[in-house]
Amino acid sequence: MRRGWRWLLPLSAIPVLALLAYGFRLSPRDIPSPLVGKPAAPFALQTFDGRPVSLDSLRGQVVVVNFWASWCYPACYEEAPVLERGWREYRERGVVVLGVDIQDKTEAAEKFIRDFGLTFPNAPDPAGKVSVDFGVYGVPETFFVDRRGRIRAKHVGAVTDRVLREQLDRLLAESS
Amino acid sequence: MTPEIGAGAVMVALLLALYGSVAAAAGASTGRTSLLLSAQHAALGVFLLVTAALGLLVYAFLTFDFSVRYVATNTNLGTPFYYRITAVWGALEGSIVLWAWMLALYTLIVVVRHRQNARELYPWVLAVMLGVLAFFLLVMAGPAPVFQRMIPVPNDGRGLNPLLEDTGMITHPVCLYLGFTGFTVPFAFAVAALATGRVGDTWIALTRRWTLVAWYFLSLGLLIGGWWSYHVLGWGGYWAWDPVENAAFMPWLTGTAFLHSVMIQERRRMLKLWNISLVVLTFSLTLFGTFLTRSGVIASVHAFTQGSIGAFFLGFLALVVLTSLALIAWRWDALRAQGELDSVVSRESAFLLNNVFLVASAFTVFFGTVFPLLAEAVRGEKVSVGAPFFNLVNLPLFLALIFLMGVGPLIAWRRASLENLRRNFLAPVVIGIAAAALFRVAGTASALTLLTFGLTVFTATTLGVDFTRATRARLRMGERLGAAMGGLLIRHNRRYGGFVVHIGILVIALGVMGSHAWSVQTETTLKRGETTELAGYKVRFDGLAARQESNHFKVVGTFTVSNHRPNLAVLHPSKKFYPQEQAPIAGVDYRLGLTEDVYLVLGDFARDGSHATIKLQINRLVSWIWVGGVIITLGTVLAILPERRRAG
Repeated sequence: MRRGWRWLLPLSAIPVLALLAYGFRLSPRDIPSPLVGKPAAPFALQTFDGRPVSLDSLRGQVVVVNFWASWCYPACYEEAPVLERGWREYRERGVVVLGVDIQDKTEAAEKFIRDFGLTFPNAPDPAGKVSVDFGVYGVPETFFVDRRGRIRAKHVGAVTDRVLREQLDRLLAESS
Repeated sequence: MTPEIGAGAVMVALLLALYGSVAAAAGASTGRTSLLLSAQHAALGVFLLVTAALGLLVYAFLTFDFSVRYVATNTNLGTPFYYRITAVWGALEGSIVLWAWMLALYTLIVVVRHRQNARELYPWVLAVMLGVLAFFLLVMAGPAPVFQRMIPVPNDGRGLNPLLEDTGMITHPVCLYLGFTGFTVPFAFAVAALATGRVGDTWIALTRRWTLVAWYFLSLGLLIGGWWSYHVLGWGGYWAWDPVENAAFMPWLTGTAFLHSVMIQERRRMLKLWNISLVVLTFSLTLFGTFLTRSGVIASVHAFTQGSIGAFFLGFLALVVLTSLALIAWRWDALRAQGELDSVVSRESAFLLNNVFLVASAFTVFFGTVFPLLAEAVRGEKVSVGAPFFNLVNLPLFLALIFLMGVGPLIAWRRASLENLRRNFLAPVVIGIAAAALFRVAGTASALTLLTFGLTVFTATTLGVDFTRATRARLRMGERLGAAMGGLLIRHNRRYGGFVVHIGILVIALGVMGSHAWSVQTETTLKRGETTELAGYKVRFDGLAARQESNHFKVVGTFTVSNHRPNLAVLHPSKKFYPQEQAPIAGVDYRLGLTEDVYLVLGDFARDGSHATIKLQINRLVSWIWVGGVIITLGTVLAILPERRRAG
């Protein structure tokens, strides 16, 4: 009996290992942005086809602000069709998808838009001011802004159809 | 063809390593020499194959072979020659290749060195080494494939992470991995000792040099990492308690504890169980560190990537920890101590305390590192543990360790008499207190700084007292001064090598103390021609220039630094814009000095060069940290030389 207790030694390591295994369930992509719940910083940009676009002019609509770059392979390439699909599906219901292209070359970015046939507004952020205001770490990052102009969610990495739908349905269900 | 040949070599190496491990274990339990010989051949084969894979990867990098996905993602046509070689370990997959190669090399050295002098332990050692190697080859073949074909072949690659384009990145990972993989050897010997039941002193004596080598490379890796952080990242610090720094620091702490505790086993036949446990712990912590960096479980600036690789490492970690602990439980009776602690005031207890403090420090670091995970599992909250926690809990431990560094080497074994204490420690205590008092009078008000300084002087004095006394003894025997001192260092190289390493640690301690207590900084915007002043230094903004480099665009500022001497130095901090990075990278410029570094970072600037924002730091005593590293190197080399005491 007295000799049995020493086998507790290997057993004692199990809780620590279990805790580490638990770590897999978490996603480091979920790092909460301190900006969630705060009003989105206002900005005014000019789209690639020369039209002005500003956050203020979109007040009253749900805005998906997506930061991307043409060199961001593969994530930006994966999400571009998703965003286009979402835009076509939801635009009638008061949703605007707005792409902000950062740290990029104009020709490459225009080719990207052409290749994917993107029809939602896309604007370059040459000074990087908008991405700094939104606290962007890397591309792609996507912010969901509600009708009252507050950032309500942040998604790091490629958006999927499911993420887009969940967030948009939630924000559209709220009264303005 | 490169991706296919490389992947093939990895696959064959994996099978060979698995076979060799099983054959060595079978040879060990059946005593059949032919199996063991065959395992040795397998070890050689694995080394050759991994060398070929590494060579192939280097070749692919040098020839811009973008058909290899890893090459395409970590280099581009503008990457300079040297960084194309270091890009080999610039990301996850390649770093595993380097790791496996070092392990294969160590395995081969073990075969060459120990096949004759450790007949009982050696077969199991080989089985463990090849088993660990097989795991890393499995990672290379599975979740982190370095040889993956890129279709279609791009015209140019993405490029290396610009922060890694630095000479520190040539040496830092290499040293760190040599340290990490180096601890596999003592671990393999410990497992062999448990498997054979020969848990006495043989494995300790055989692995002393191995442990020293691993410990040294780990120390050097940590220091070079600090140097890289200091001169590349631009925040003016060298240590941030980042999870990945902690990951390398924890095995260093337990490895240091092990280096000291083996001396008690050699002398007093004590601590067998403790020593085996420390080696298992150290090796497990190296795996844990790799798990931490590679799994993405804990958010960190170093985290490479996520994917199934984390699960692989955790599985292997579990296998290692559970098997080792089960072996320890199995050999429990044989591991129980024979010696007894005679007195609390003795060298044994000083060493024991040293071990307790080192392991306690490792534990607090571990706790702080995984606490965010624990908090989320229990309370569902995201928290982060920062530098204040680590500093607070570790500071008293480190100060106590500095004190013990002075006590341990001089206090008597078994039971120290009052006479022994007075003879060895009266003078150092008085001098330490006097030094602190002198500092107080000179104007240092911080109690912490005074305590650190006093303790450091105390410990340095004990080392000096001992060395002087030993030299005097030799002088009385008629030797000349130079011969007496040289003879001491060489004949008692292990003891005095350790002393030199301790001096290196003390110098580092002073550097850390000084940089915390006395560094100053300012942030200001200057118009062209304008001057700012900090701590006696005047810095004048002379203008901005821009130029295109091979793989980035660079804006360079010119600043003239003067103190009592006009035009002391011209500094060129810069901002580098890489097309593949969204934020510009700061290029720090600095003027290192023995007591003060002028450290200049360029912030925002006007495009026309009319004004620029700078961060100016005067960092005190930081250079002592690097000097300490050099002293540690000298000490380790001295300690590792073959002992001549008996021969001479």
